[in-house]
Amino acid sequence: MNNKKFKILAVPYIVWMLIFTIIPLALILVFAFTDRNAEGFRFTFDNIQFAARYLPVLIKSVYFATVATIICLVVAYPLAYIMSKMRLNHQRTMVMLVMLPMWMNFLLRTYAWMSILETNSGFLNRFLSIFNIGPVHIMYTQAAVILGMVYNYIPYMILPLYTIMIKIDNRLIEAAQDLGCNTYSVFRKVIIPLSFPGITSGITMTFVPAVSTFVISQLLGGPKNNLIGDLIESHFVSGGEYNPYYGSAISLLLMVVVFICIGIFNQFDNEEMEETLK
Amino acid sequence: MKKFFSRFYVALILLFMYAPILVLITFSFNESKGRSWTGFSFKWYGELLRDDAIIGALGNTLMIAVIAAVVSTILGTVAAIGIHNMRRPYKTIVKNVNNLPLINPEIVMGISLMILFSFCRIHPGFVTIIIAHITFCIPSVILSVMPKLTQINNSIYEAALDLGCNDFQAFYKVILPEIMPGIISGFLMAFTYSIDDFVISYFTAGPDSQTLPLVIYTITRKPMTPKLNALSTIIFVIVLFALVISNVLSGKDVEKQKKIKKNV
Amino acid sequence: MKKLYAFLLALVFTLPSVCLTSCVVEEEEEGEDTSGAYYDVEVDDISYYEKFRDKNITINVYNWGEYISNGSEESLDVVGAFEKISGIKVNYTNYATNEDMYAKFKSGATSVYDVVIPSDYMIDKMIEEDMLEEINYDNIPNYQYIDEKFKSPDYDNTGEGGTAKFSVPYTWGTVGIIYNKKYITEEEASTWDILWNPEYKGQILMFSNSKDAFAIGLKKLGYSMNTTNMEEIAEASVLLREQKPNVQTYVMDQIFDKMQLEEAWIAPYYAGDALTMIENAAKNDIELGFAFPKEGTNIFIDAMCIPKGSRNKEAAEAFINFMCELEVMTANGEYIFYSTPSTQAKEMILSNMEEYMSEDEIERYLLISYPDEELIAKCESFINLPKDTNELIIRNWNDILIGIDEDSWWNKAILPVSIIIALGFCILIILLRYRKMQKKRARY
Repeated sequence: MNNKKFKILAVPYIVWMLIFTIIPLALILVFAFTDRNAEGFRFTFDNIQFAARYLPVLIKSVYFATVATIICLVVAYPLAYIMSKMRLNHQRTMVMLVMLPMWMNFLLRTYAWMSILETNSGFLNRFLSIFNIGPVHIMYTQAAVILGMVYNYIPYMILPLYTIMIKIDNRLIEAAQDLGCNTYSVFRKVIIPLSFPGITSGITMTFVPAVSTFVISQLLGGPKNNLIGDLIESHFVSGGEYNPYYGSAISLLLMVVVFICIGIFNQFDNEEMEETLK
Repeated sequence: MKKFFSRFYVALILLFMYAPILVLITFSFNESKGRSWTGFSFKWYGELLRDDAIIGALGNTLMIAVIAAVVSTILGTVAAIGIHNMRRPYKTIVKNVNNLPLINPEIVMGISLMILFSFCRIHPGFVTIIIAHITFCIPSVILSVMPKLTQINNSIYEAALDLGCNDFQAFYKVILPEIMPGIISGFLMAFTYSIDDFVISYFTAGPDSQTLPLVIYTITRKPMTPKLNALSTIIFVIVLFALVISNVLSGKDVEKQKKIKKNV
Repeated sequence: MKKLYAFLLALVFTLPSVCLTSCVVEEEEEGEDTSGAYYDVEVDDISYYEKFRDKNITINVYNWGEYISNGSEESLDVVGAFEKISGIKVNYTNYATNEDMYAKFKSGATSVYDVVIPSDYMIDKMIEEDMLEEINYDNIPNYQYIDEKFKSPDYDNTGEGGTAKFSVPYTWGTVGIIYNKKYITEEEASTWDILWNPEYKGQILMFSNSKDAFAIGLKKLGYSMNTTNMEEIAEASVLLREQKPNVQTYVMDQIFDKMQLEEAWIAPYYAGDALTMIENAAKNDIELGFAFPKEGTNIFIDAMCIPKGSRNKEAAEAFINFMCELEVMTANGEYIFYSTPSTQAKEMILSNMEEYMSEDEIERYLLISYPDEELIAKCESFINLPKDTNELIIRNWNDILIGIDEDSWWNKAILPVSIIIALGFCILIILLRYRKMQKKRARY
């Protein structure tokens, strides 16, 4: 139904997106450069300069998210591969099992870990004490935050990997084997390149929420392990001052990092796809 | 040997994914409040049902989800048709803007809407949270309707016009049934996103529009209560039930298709 | 990005959500049948509340977490009882600190709340910033039960003859140190120094809000909590920074579980909550104690106010009045253990307590919740500080929590380094793009 008249139907949507997506993002930009002590708009770099003080936090967040993403990838990749080689009805059950925790609210999943990791009364240490190990202090450490991230986002890594792997043509693998590849080089030369789009989308889907989280770090890490998300949140809700100026400036930094990361992943994505299509 | 290893690996990961949930569920049946087991009881489920904050939030969540899903489905479907008929450069621009809420970190979207509402002096409440939910639901509706539109064979539509339909009739009788699966899946996606959302609601909800995730968040920051375990158990059972049913149904579908293929 | 899995999910989710709705709705209905929590309050004048009935009024009440008798453990469900008696629907939400509450008000342009319960200094600040509505005390007949000395507080004394104009006291209390008796003696706990003792590393909890944390730092140094002297504040921040390695974590409402389950041994907290913790911990055979630090501490009053822009001022006043019903004050006092500003209510609480508490327990309650004059004389209450002092404290506190040290070389180097890295990545992306374009061109 190529009818140019229908073009007009997109107008309400475009208006909606303009008001509730573009303008708010533009407001962040404006507030990030507005002098907070002046009436109306006055350009200033102060907010950005203030936000730059918190670069170590941003780096810490990127570090946490990177570690969590790498763990997710390393753990999920073999699993996705094993899943894709299962019998069809087993595959369906596995997909369901992976998705089930995902559809429980992530707050509940994080809450579950809270009661497990507590030092004295937590289940982990009680379990370990049976074997006379421990107690291990995990709650309120960096490890707890990374664990929380891995646990919460691993389904987002498994599923895209799995969906791309079931698309890999088995004949390609067989051909590689016939041509003298061992298991290792089959993986390196066939499976990994072909599953690259899955890897990149899995990475973005874990990295972006992990780098911007404020709940997991708050609940499992405590204020000692505040991340950039907590910092942003504290300028809007819980920091004692509603300060959109500083808050916007810090969000701007976060956005820059996220978009750079996505940009990099996308480059790999397209390139590899093209190469495999050749 | 290889098979054993792969099975062991799968089991290990499933254990990692499910152990916390099982602990959570087990202790929803605990008689006492503490973390040691004192006896089996359904008492916390009773308490949960008597908790006005949770029950009220449940009502809010469902109401917001239904409104947001319906509005975003209608807006999204209509928009998808519009975008489909746009010319190239504009189409790409709009599609990119549509992806913006999906790749932007949720917290940034939350605060950007909060700034907007605060800037325009709109009280946080039902209106703000519904607007926010619609905003992050529309892109997923469009993403699920668009591919269906591209799949449609243009000649069916033209045939309908030739057979005397006007534009509207042709749309209603030909196009709509074709894209219906996309609309339905878009609606369901919007609905579940809305029910599950915490971050954006956190920045846009008012005191009268507290949703379930927000209430869960306040509870997690307070002394622990097995009520939350009971709530998790109920949610777990509902999701499990839903997934199993859909799995059985889609399994049947696959078998049907196989049969059709065989007959052909 | 999310497309991939979105489709997958959509496929699998075609049916379930429908059933999700129906299941959830059923639950809700069940909930209605069983809701019969026990609430019956005797009020002075029932007609006062009944005039609101059937008018479909809703009010939004914003209170601290764990700060009202809520119906659990056979206590009175205060909010529920009020809804029942007046027919006014209450949306009851919580905040963890005064600062959270204040930020929320500032972000909402004008307020959406009808009743809020800030502390003394915050009320002063809110009055100054014209955020509170004057209360019509004629609509709060139960104001008579409040003791006279609470009716003309320092933070709100602009009314006739120095009386309050904007607030009705809810509770008062002090801050002290709560400790686990198994590991710590009372003598040790009677000074703020214990919070810095490296022997207890990892067993110490600390306030997560800037105001209470800095008050402790300043008191330990022997300064006033309300100092505006930049150097004194800087000294306190150094002290709090030193404390960080010893602290397990920074908390507000989460403190209850931590102390009750022996996850931590020492924490500064409010006296009323300390009693709750002592009582609950006893059930787990853990003995907790509460001590007043000898350097002096904070005494506070929390009072109910009506924010500017309340759409149901009379209903809000009715709620405040209900909170001042003797029976309600008693129920709250018995449940949250904070000190009540009404002598009559205090007597009722004590006579009720005689029925279910031992003499020792009552004595402890009196000692902690109603400390003697000598102790009170050593206490100081917060006053509203100038804006720049407040901001300095908040910023210092954020830096301490997040671990930023302005003076370290690392912090000075990090900005240029980051910019260079970011630019590098941008150039990388552009290069990759460019190469791809060339490849494409080469192909055609």
